[in-house]
Amino acid sequence: MALTERSQRTTNGRKPDGRRAHRSYLSYIDKSREYYGAHGYPQPYQWAYNHEVAFTPLAKPLSESTVGLVTTSFFEKGREPAGVPVARPKQPYAARCDDALAGLYNSDLFWDKDNTHTDDLDTYLPINRLREFEAEGRIGALSERFYGIPTDYSHRRTQRNDSPRIEEWMREDGVDVAFLVPL
Amino acid sequence: MVAGSARDIVEECGVARFVFTDFPLGNPTGKPGDVGMQRAIVGTALDLLERAWLPRTTVQTPYVWDADDNDGWREHFMRVDDSNRAALAATGEARRLDQAAAKADGRARTT
Repeated sequence: MALTERSQRTTNGRKPDGRRAHRSYLSYIDKSREYYGAHGYPQPYQWAYNHEVAFTPLAKPLSESTVGLVTTSFFEKGREPAGVPVARPKQPYAARCDDALAGLYNSDLFWDKDNTHTDDLDTYLPINRLREFEAEGRIGALSERFYGIPTDYSHRRTQRNDSPRIEEWMREDGVDVAFLVPL
Repeated sequence: MVAGSARDIVEECGVARFVFTDFPLGNPTGKPGDVGMQRAIVGTALDLLERAWLPRTTVQTPYVWDADDNDGWREHFMRVDDSNRAALAATGEARRLDQAAAKADGRARTT
């Protein structure tokens, strides 16, 4: 009995095991196409698709590597630390991890506000968890700065403007591993 | 390395290493207040950094958002049905007007 309850708890809800006519996880591509179609947008959003995907093995042991976090969250307007662009529209930025510990602003992004919240930084920007792994020697270091990238409708701006800028900051900071956490 | 909850978007884009947690969008590295889970998800990402040998390697973490009704949040999110179709169309129209105004007064991003 206990075993049955336990196995049902660790699977997916009402139909814990067995057969389904649909995939169990959400297709956000399908959902958003229908959702924005219902908003009257005639052209569905064109999502990024790449057949060729780059892969780089670690150049050195993780215990000697510096990890850099990338987020789609920004500082609340008026609370940007020095050096972080204040003007809107959003621009990519680099900021000290210490300045993010009170939390970042992401209410303007599209996420499931009915079912969860982002009051706990480490649920979307795991600075504290990575610092613990750093203290234990699992990673060499967490970069002192993290990096913010706008969620832009334009692939071109993301690829030609924002991503290279973030790569530049990461190189300045000696980052070996890019850890991206899109909200 | 990407940690996320929008599996199809990330996998269509294609990334070297992906740690997927099947949660509502907002908490890709663990539930609020659950340090143990956050640590396990970040730890899985670190393991994957070392162990993946090909691009498009996805690992799904074992966590479930709602053990009693894990389809509830999925059915609710971005729902379109007869009860909200008119409201969504009106919201879209309002947004298009706002965007047109933003473009006219220079608020839209141009760089």
